[in-house]
Amino acid sequence: MSFPAAAKRSLGDAQLRRNLGKATTAIRAKRAGVVAELDDWEALRDAGAAIKARAMATLPEQLERLEASVTRAGGVVHWARDGAEANAIVAGITRDHGAREVIKVKSLATDEIGLNEALAARGIAAIETDLAELIVQLGHDEPSHILVPAIHRNRAEIAALFERTIAAGQRLGLEPASIAEAARRHLRDKFLSVGVAVSGANFGVAETGSVCVVESEGNGRMCTTLPRVLITLMGLEKVLPEWRDLEVMLQLLPRSSTAERMNPYTSIWTGVRAGDGPQEFHLVLLDGGRTDVLADAIGRQALHCIRCSACLNVCPVYSRVGGHAYESVYPGPIGAILTPQLRGLDSAPTLPWASSLCGACYEVCPVKIDIPTVLVHLRGRVVREARSRWSPERLAMDALARVFGSRAAYERAQRLARAGNGPLGSLPGPLSGWTAMRELPDVPEQSFRDWWAARDAGATA
Amino acid sequence: MRVALFITCFNDTLFPETGKATVALLERLGCEVEFRAEQTCCGQMHGNSGYEAGPLVERFARVFAGAEVVVSPSASCVGFVRERMGDGPPVYELSEFLVDVLGVEDVGASFPHRVTLHPTCHSLRALRVGDRPQRLLHAVRGIDLVELGDARECCGFGGTFAVKNADTSMAMLGDKLRHVLDTRAEVCTAVDTSCLMHIGGALKRQRAGVRVMHVAEILAARE
Repeated sequence: MSFPAAAKRSLGDAQLRRNLGKATTAIRAKRAGVVAELDDWEALRDAGAAIKARAMATLPEQLERLEASVTRAGGVVHWARDGAEANAIVAGITRDHGAREVIKVKSLATDEIGLNEALAARGIAAIETDLAELIVQLGHDEPSHILVPAIHRNRAEIAALFERTIAAGQRLGLEPASIAEAARRHLRDKFLSVGVAVSGANFGVAETGSVCVVESEGNGRMCTTLPRVLITLMGLEKVLPEWRDLEVMLQLLPRSSTAERMNPYTSIWTGVRAGDGPQEFHLVLLDGGRTDVLADAIGRQALHCIRCSACLNVCPVYSRVGGHAYESVYPGPIGAILTPQLRGLDSAPTLPWASSLCGACYEVCPVKIDIPTVLVHLRGRVVREARSRWSPERLAMDALARVFGSRAAYERAQRLARAGNGPLGSLPGPLSGWTAMRELPDVPEQSFRDWWAARDAGATA
Repeated sequence: MRVALFITCFNDTLFPETGKATVALLERLGCEVEFRAEQTCCGQMHGNSGYEAGPLVERFARVFAGAEVVVSPSASCVGFVRERMGDGPPVYELSEFLVDVLGVEDVGASFPHRVTLHPTCHSLRALRVGDRPQRLLHAVRGIDLVELGDARECCGFGGTFAVKNADTSMAMLGDKLRHVLDTRAEVCTAVDTSCLMHIGGALKRQRAGVRVMHVAEILAARE
């Protein structure tokens, strides 16, 4: 579905509008507060941007360093060209251990490649342990936010869902503690019995081979420490060259994402250690279109994203239409530049227009991704690569370019517009979209330039 | 100071009052205003829609070559030109020019009405004009300037966004209108006529009894 059509459907859902508006307004204010506490916030953003730019400019070298470091620490590195390869690798490792279930740390990359579905097709059940991911999974729903996947649900909806599923037969009420308790009982059993865990990665450090997962609940920590086997799926772009780079990223990420000075749980592990934690560690490095993105000199900065979701929360479009309208695990402004590049422009040709170019996203991005510039760049690529040379819009824009190309043509078009005709007569565009809510301005009898010419003539007469 | 006025195709064709007010204001402050009639469009609409804007940007640079300063009553067009034009004369948005170059905040205007300012996205985030428009308006005699709720939020215009994503644009506009009406202002003002056409078009449709005026028109007023 096109973004405008999907957005229209979401905009009609009054409960969704209320849930989203409330949540994004609250997190915006909180983020602004914790960011204002740091005198060196702008310097941190510059450092974050520089670290990511360096990692991307030296990506082959960093990935080889990462592979060597992980291997040295007793881990196994796998390379996956695409989602199908990555899914097969994860399923193969799970099957080698005779497991029929895996527990999962919240991971966008696994959602991106449809890991849960791929495992299910091979008879392996994937159990989400992040509370919000669990809510989405139990409701056969789709995540709608990078960090708060169930942001579109309110407390009452979640209690009702649990009462139908993991807490069947119980009355949970509306107290957050009792709703969370139902999830806790369900998950604790899984943490203690399932032998294979799958995680994503916020960062992978080339220098040391360490993998870092940042979370709020501690459920991720359970997954990365209790099972015997740990499999981490990491997009290539998550590599950081040096250990010290974490110092910058771990300041930028929590303040931008959950508006916290520090997130409650930061798990960092390096390979395996006898008698402590998982005894087998696999790191699956996923390309999945990322090297193609890297080839686009302007678009590649989308790979700098650290998935904080600050851009979603401040976006006037996202905060009204929600995540589902973007039809991707990466919604909001970052999704509008990442999805078309990862999947190909043809598969998401309307997303680069899902923005008023207001610039709020760029202002908050902790690694200074210039999202408006990339959006405009991708619009150009869609126009050049994906749209017919004879599309009505292209013909109209070509006609306007000719009008603006000469004074005589422009002045002629102004005269025609006064009679409601010509290329300037239909501004600001096809009428139905405009006049559903707004009046069109009348074209005045005298343009500014005519007034000026008359005034000039009067002065010299 | 000799000022080359960049009126913008939009104001020239649809909102000449903004241009007349800009001229009146600049002349009152002692500037000599010239209007280079070869000017058409800076290319922003093409550039932001994914079409080739290079020739129009180059044309703009040729038309304004040799000017001491270029001044325009449109933050979004100035933002585009500044980003895309290489060498050329300095190009200022009106409130920047008044405060930074002429060094005035009290322009001698008088406008005894209740007014609210919508700080436009491109003035805030592309040009970073900060509170210059507010400072200019505060100095206007008789004005009752009231703060707009969620002022920094986009009004939903966004050029072709308003048409291509009409439903989302309307949802954004709906919230902006609610905040404008909450102020009980008679006039909603801004430094971009394009946003005002969008906000004003809806106020008119609702028969809300609130008019929109460019900041230049208020600063030129001697009521």
